[in-house]
Amino acid sequence: MEKINIRTMAEMMAAGEEPEVLFWVGCMGSFDDRAKKITKAFAKILHKANVKFAVLGAEESCTGDPAKRAGNEFLYQMQAFANIQVLNGYGVKKIVTTCPHCFNIMKNEYPELGGKFDVVHHTSFIQRLLKEGRISVEGGVFKGKKITFHDPCYLGRANGIYEAPREILAALDAELSEMKRCRENGLCCGAGGAQMFKEAEKGNKEVNIERTEDALAVKPDIIAAGCPFCNTMMTDGVKHFNKESEIQVKDLAELIAEAADL
Amino acid sequence: MISSIVFVLLTGVTVFFFSKRIAEIRANINIGRDLDLSGNVKERLMIMGRVALGQGKLVTRPFAGIMHVFIYVGFIIINIEVLEIFIDGIFGTHRVFYPLLGKDLYYGFINSFEILAFLVLFSCVVFLIRRNAGTIKRFSGKEMTSWPKNDGNIILIVEVLLMIAFLTMNAADSILMIMKDSKLMELGMQHYTEIKIDNFFIVSKYLTGFMPDDANTLHMIERGAWWFHIIGIFAFLNYVPYSKHFHIFIAFPNTYYSRLTPSGDFNNLEAVKKEVELMMDPSADPYAAPSPDENAVPQRFGAKDVNDLSWKQLMDAYSCTECGRCTSVCPANQTGKLLSPRKVMMDTRDRLEEVGKGRKAQGEAFDDGKSLLKDYVTPEELWACTTCNACVEACPVNINPLSIIVDLRRFLVMEESAAPTELNGMFTNIENNGAPWQFSPADRGNWTNEL
Repeated sequence: MEKINIRTMAEMMAAGEEPEVLFWVGCMGSFDDRAKKITKAFAKILHKANVKFAVLGAEESCTGDPAKRAGNEFLYQMQAFANIQVLNGYGVKKIVTTCPHCFNIMKNEYPELGGKFDVVHHTSFIQRLLKEGRISVEGGVFKGKKITFHDPCYLGRANGIYEAPREILAALDAELSEMKRCRENGLCCGAGGAQMFKEAEKGNKEVNIERTEDALAVKPDIIAAGCPFCNTMMTDGVKHFNKESEIQVKDLAELIAEAADL
Repeated sequence: MISSIVFVLLTGVTVFFFSKRIAEIRANINIGRDLDLSGNVKERLMIMGRVALGQGKLVTRPFAGIMHVFIYVGFIIINIEVLEIFIDGIFGTHRVFYPLLGKDLYYGFINSFEILAFLVLFSCVVFLIRRNAGTIKRFSGKEMTSWPKNDGNIILIVEVLLMIAFLTMNAADSILMIMKDSKLMELGMQHYTEIKIDNFFIVSKYLTGFMPDDANTLHMIERGAWWFHIIGIFAFLNYVPYSKHFHIFIAFPNTYYSRLTPSGDFNNLEAVKKEVELMMDPSADPYAAPSPDENAVPQRFGAKDVNDLSWKQLMDAYSCTECGRCTSVCPANQTGKLLSPRKVMMDTRDRLEEVGKGRKAQGEAFDDGKSLLKDYVTPEELWACTTCNACVEACPVNINPLSIIVDLRRFLVMEESAAPTELNGMFTNIENNGAPWQFSPADRGNWTNEL
């Protein structure tokens, strides 16, 4: 397989070029071994679709989302300030990201601080690539497979994006089986609001277990996610029920990359 | 004549106490911080029309939703009948709309009210059973102590009694009106003969069988039910602003002032923005700011008490009907954690009432050493929140419990440095490594070599 060369904004600028879109990888997508697979799958999709994209590389830094949701507005605004300086310095106009938390904060909260970008979540981006025929999936791999989609809070309720991920699943020729609680009523995976970084408060159950039960109830072959945090929480949930040999948890980008044989 | 005077006096007393209470609530809401929500009139009216007037979010749970629509429509439309009762009360007339509408129209008029009254009665009884049967989890919970529970029942029972009085009044009245008995003239009740109806009304006809034949007793029942009904309404009006049922009024302004941005958009704190600019922007001039007022108390970062919240957040608190839909969808609450968004709203309202009373007695300097944070809402509740917005989505009157939770967290973190240890670690990592974990920023691009 050909080696894909990922270029940074710095390299592109030095060559006097401008990307079509900046791929904001996010901390999880950069460092977490599981999430890195999502990052790579999405990069392959972009490459396949001939999208001219760049990353920030070492110049990327946390958007400040976990700090902000935890109440540390200072740290968030400092991170935002620094990131906006970098992005504006490169004249970035369009950003795509595989993380709904990065997507939400840059789309909704950065503009007031001087960071006005066209921010797109990768599910919407892939949906458009499919619609425009820039990528196509050869059906077969997932044909007839039962897939259920877990709506990430920061994509769904927070930003009203429910259709893009489902249209992607429709392209896979799979059977989309909705959980009892989906879309506006979707249950959180338990990671949001900086919960990912702390022990849960005292209770009688973990939120991701409650959510995994919703997913298991539809007896899926695959649980599709659109967020690296949800992905981890659901994966842990599936392991809790010892179902990891039967049920896979996959990001939509991974499903598309796999179906397109990338 | 005497009855007219009594009626007018009663109306005066009702209006006086009601206005006084409304002024009090208004003053309490104004304890909150300024927030400019002017403009976008058309969009706001649309939201109010859909959510409050149209009950758009209530019907997402169809059974309770439809029942609530019955009560709501009944409540609004039966007010036209109350208008007739009101005019009759002031001028001592009897069914003043009858000559205006004519017989057929008046029949339609009263019959439709009676159908609505029956639907209200029916729905209230169903709600009473639902509320007390113990089968619906959201009607219990630690914040549903005796007063919130009684409050719900009181208002339903009052509604039932009012509807029964309305139907009883119509039953007795219609018998008298159909009687056309010369005896009525002798008894000085000729006003019953002036209305020439010959059929009973659609629902109250089923009550006529229980009525006595004697005109005098009928007259007493009719008058008794009439007075009970209108005094009930006056009492109701003055009970409502002390009760969760105040939502029947405040839901309208509250939905009008709904957030217009996506619910994932949390506000950027202005005070922090200035500080960060001074810190990060080399061209910022720290002396450019106007000389600060020496007596000014610097604004807190986040919220410790109700006066740190915005007026809209306080209006939210008065709009809460304690239905518990927020709590029933809260992931933390469902998994046994302490957090209940409904409790956060009720606590905010109860604390606001307390502060409002205190300020009335002692002026703005009122300080009882208590605060919303800790004395009402504990950090453990706050740290259970996943900021998933489910509570915001579920609220039928567009209350935002999440914004209060986040503001209280902000105070804990920025003013008290009281975040859970693991979160402090996460903050440090972001500061030092630009990521919530301890990874070197230089390794950010490592994945590009694995393709």
